[in-house]
Amino acid sequence: MTWHGWSDLIAMGGYARYVWGSFGAAALALVIEQLSLRARRRAAEQRP
Amino acid sequence: MQISLTNHSPRTIHWLRYAAPQAFVPLADRLIPWLFSVAALLVIAGLYIGLLRAPTDFQQGDAYRIIFIHVPAAWLSMVIYVVMAFWSGVGLVLNTRLSAMMASALAPTGALFTFLALLTGALWGKPTWGAWWVWDARLTSELILLFLYIGFMALQAAIADPRRADRAGAVVALVGVVNVPVIYFSVQWWNTLHQGSSVSLRSAPTMATLMLQGMLIMTLALWAYAAGAVLQRLRAIVLERERHADWVQHYLGARV
Repeated sequence: MTWHGWSDLIAMGGYARYVWGSFGAAALALVIEQLSLRARRRAAEQRP
Repeated sequence: MQISLTNHSPRTIHWLRYAAPQAFVPLADRLIPWLFSVAALLVIAGLYIGLLRAPTDFQQGDAYRIIFIHVPAAWLSMVIYVVMAFWSGVGLVLNTRLSAMMASALAPTGALFTFLALLTGALWGKPTWGAWWVWDARLTSELILLFLYIGFMALQAAIADPRRADRAGAVVALVGVVNVPVIYFSVQWWNTLHQGSSVSLRSAPTMATLMLQGMLIMTLALWAYAAGAVLQRLRAIVLERERHADWVQHYLGARV
């Protein structure tokens, strides 16, 4: 797209909730996976 | 007399030695930060091209930009399954511990990207098709892929003996791999709602260069992320399963 400022990028031509919903869901999923991996690693490193 | 199993020339790299869990874990420690750094740089580049530089689609407007997460996630969901089936097969035939653990480490990340492919597909379908979900061949076979991943994980979780769980999971992974070509060719075999491929191995892509670049960069970004996440999980699985081995005690002790 041609750059007309942040509001255009945020509006996504009227499809904001679908486009940002998709990228937001993906970002959230990866953050949750990383948190769970970190917790699992900490548990695995506890000395038996 | 001393017998050495690693009596090789020091100049050549012996990749097979990383099949031993105690050699793999330090290797993973070194690889993971690199993979995540590469993933972060590629995500920034891919999002910049995909969300800012690539032109608006004349039919779908900006809704098409979901492609930059949807297609990479969908490709990855299939690639991870094939890799999981491959390591399951290797584990079954050669009875190598790390291969089976690799298959177990791949499943949750594969399921996650399958879920994301379905979710972003629904968010794309609503504005373009007018429906969140249809029982289209592509969508249905991708949903079956999600059930295969969940089935693999549930089966392994239900069997207490890890070596038996490895073998049972491997059978599911290998049987389910027939679903992957079904997903891939579904848009050709059944003429249903999901659009055909814009990128194929046999012909030039039918999309703008910037769109293609953004999609490929995001694909590489997700591959690097997935490789990092799978190695993290595999490292945890190795440490969990071998926690009583001397080398694990030594490894954990050396890090404190």
